[in-house]
Amino acid sequence: MFGLSRILEQLAVGWGVHPHPQKAPVAGLSIAAAPLASRFHVPLQQHIGAPGKPVVKVGQQVRKGEPIARSSANISAPVHAPTSGQVTAIAEFTAPHSSGLPTPTITIEADGADRWLELDVPPDPFCLPPEDIAARVEAAGIVGMGGATFPAAVKLSLGRRTRVQQLILNGGECEPYLSCDDRLMRERAVEVIDGARMMQYAIGAPELIVAIEDNKPDAIAAMRIAVEPFGDIQLRPVPSRYPMGSEKQLIRTLIGKEVPPNARPMDVGVVVHNVGTAYAVHRALRFGEPLISRIVTVNGGAVAAPRNLEVRIGTLVRDLFDYCGGLTQDPARIVMGGPMMGQQLPNIDVPIVKGTSGVLALTRQETPRAEPAPCIRCATCVGACPIGLMPLEIAAFIRAGDLNGALGYGLKDCIACGTCAYACPAHLPLVHYFNHAKGELAARERAKLKQEAARQLTQARSERHAREAREKAAAAAARKAAKQAAKAAAAAAATAENPEANA
Amino acid sequence: MSAVLAHAPHAHASISVSRVMASVMVALTPATLFGFWLYGWPAFDLWLVNVLACVTAEYVCLRIAGKPPAATLADGSAMLTGWLLALSLPPWAPWWIAAVGGAFAIVIGKQVFGGLGQNLFNPAMAARVALLISFPVEMTTWVAPSPMFSAGAPGFVEGLGITFGGIAQPDAVTSASLLGHIKSEFTRGLTLQQALAGYFDPTQAAFGLRAGSMGETSALLLAMGGLYLVLRRTISWRIPVAMLLGVALPAAALHAMDPARYADAALNLLSGSVILGAFFIATDPVGSPSGKAGQLVFGFGCGLLCYIIRTWGGYPEGVAFAVVLMNALTPVIDRYLRPRIYGRTLGGEGLDPKRARRSAS
Repeated sequence: MFGLSRILEQLAVGWGVHPHPQKAPVAGLSIAAAPLASRFHVPLQQHIGAPGKPVVKVGQQVRKGEPIARSSANISAPVHAPTSGQVTAIAEFTAPHSSGLPTPTITIEADGADRWLELDVPPDPFCLPPEDIAARVEAAGIVGMGGATFPAAVKLSLGRRTRVQQLILNGGECEPYLSCDDRLMRERAVEVIDGARMMQYAIGAPELIVAIEDNKPDAIAAMRIAVEPFGDIQLRPVPSRYPMGSEKQLIRTLIGKEVPPNARPMDVGVVVHNVGTAYAVHRALRFGEPLISRIVTVNGGAVAAPRNLEVRIGTLVRDLFDYCGGLTQDPARIVMGGPMMGQQLPNIDVPIVKGTSGVLALTRQETPRAEPAPCIRCATCVGACPIGLMPLEIAAFIRAGDLNGALGYGLKDCIACGTCAYACPAHLPLVHYFNHAKGELAARERAKLKQEAARQLTQARSERHAREAREKAAAAAARKAAKQAAKAAAAAAATAENPEANA
Repeated sequence: MSAVLAHAPHAHASISVSRVMASVMVALTPATLFGFWLYGWPAFDLWLVNVLACVTAEYVCLRIAGKPPAATLADGSAMLTGWLLALSLPPWAPWWIAAVGGAFAIVIGKQVFGGLGQNLFNPAMAARVALLISFPVEMTTWVAPSPMFSAGAPGFVEGLGITFGGIAQPDAVTSASLLGHIKSEFTRGLTLQQALAGYFDPTQAAFGLRAGSMGETSALLLAMGGLYLVLRRTISWRIPVAMLLGVALPAAALHAMDPARYADAALNLLSGSVILGAFFIATDPVGSPSGKAGQLVFGFGCGLLCYIIRTWGGYPEGVAFAVVLMNALTPVIDRYLRPRIYGRTLGGEGLDPKRARRSAS
């Protein structure tokens, strides 16, 4: 029977869905190194925050690992050359985004030698002051590799300042099709745990919890061996259920705490880092290597030989498909990321970035696309929403153009995980509505700020005019008064001189 | 590659509105077949007329509204409405009861509100209420079971005569439904025990071998179908369970106080349309609340109102009235009983991070 235990578990827990995993057979194949591409396109903005500022010039020779853009603000990250070669352009290039719009990008022509920059390898990282770990993570350009791409060093230093209790290492990987984290944990568990322990040390968190969805028994087994020597690391398998890998769900499931709106996990004493981030930290602190490559799952029914590849940042999606035997048919959709939250790409000539966990070429059969039917208020979305929202009500408000109504039902709490739209029997594009409304609200907010600024300017101007008019009037009055006083004084003087004149 | 970019998610559960309707029909099938068998060909005829009336009415409405009829008819919702209404009718009712009821359900109950998903009331129950008020005699004339192919049961042709010709069957035993029987016996001044003597047997009631609506008598088959829907997550368990409790709790309490006047919980659960109502009528998603707490309140309200109406009201049965009344309350329930949002209190205020930090762990 169709897993009675799963049905009972679903009835008990409620939220979330169980999409078909689609992880086999790719998850069973070892990570392959992608060949060196001849040209790399490295965007300056691959993270949340301000884009990097270029520190190289066109025509300049760079070596592998050399910084080519520096961090430009408190929340920003540097970018490094993925191989040795020549900078051939610092210009706009198509961003890996649904819009297909260009973004400032540094193009490097590989020289094929792949020569490293002289790397600065610290002695034992655990002897460094914790602040130095964060500084080195910052310098290595490490950002959240699970897809959120928040600069990792910021989370380390803020975590230390706010005295975080628990560091959660997220090996959830709940998106279907993806197995990059799974393979990383199976093949490089010791390295991942080493990186995680450095992060724990940098934060000063008393507890380190490793969370892995229970549909990855091999990863759990490998990680169990890796944590063995360190008695205080908790390995916690969590039920496979989308979106378990979402920070908020993971924290609630593991610790029973909820992150309030407008707060961050560290406000409740928790920091969550992805396993890929931990691995990057290990490379940075044990070998001095900046973040210039990552594991990417290349998958989907249209890919000839799908595989997990270790890829340099800046490699084109087209090259990845070529390394995997090319496409066997015209795909219905190219998606960057997983199928639940990933973005459809209009174009495969876009680069892999630090947050790219997968590239999917999906066939028509894999992307069912029914016309939206009327909402029958079945409340499947309400039961499935991991946040406890009523997606059907929010969608109804948005369709009626009542964005304030949508806000009142918690639009801003939506994490856009796609669970509701996935489960909707009427095939309503719910997340599409929500993101549209969020965009519209942001635009209104900007317009309001602009209006407010304009209003203040006008007000200041009219105040200035009024003040000037007042001053003018006052000056005129003063002059008049002075004149009259002078006249009066003259008259008085005249009277004083001939007192008889009035008599 | 398609020119139009699609928003995430790029995967979808293998579910659709027509599949939801189909699984409800599958769940109804055992009880329906049992009804056909128990009351013979006239029951089948009536069911068919009802379904056809609903589908035809839907088609006409869609044409008038200028909507493409094929896609909407394919969702199966009109057929299901007709099916549910048929199950709640006296099995030997004349054809025009089914036809008028079916047309009322779709036109007044559903399409004037804007079609599927927009209706305030459950269309089948709105029609049942309308029929009960307009044609009380036809709606409360019951026959004793005369199983298909048994001696004395009407054959196919006689069945057509009963449904379409209004030909009274000489051998047919008209019989009161259990709840109607109790009501009429009370008016004769009998106690409950006297009224029930030789009339009510819980085992028989569970199997459904008694007079009643076409598809409401077999509690067992209906409950099986309902359980199937709960396990498939087509319906939530909350509304049925709350509704059954809404009937059973007051029944048990009053029965304990005055057994001569008030029937016990088992009789109340196994008679009339409670089981059909709990699993198939009150759970109609369109008119029921979306939140968990709201569903519990709604279900309990349906059960409680049903018990009140059948115990003290003028009609022997109250499920249709109860569901329609609670349908009217659904928007209010949905507004005030929303689920708690992650990281917020029930009232919608953000939790205090400092307290969240100290708690749990």
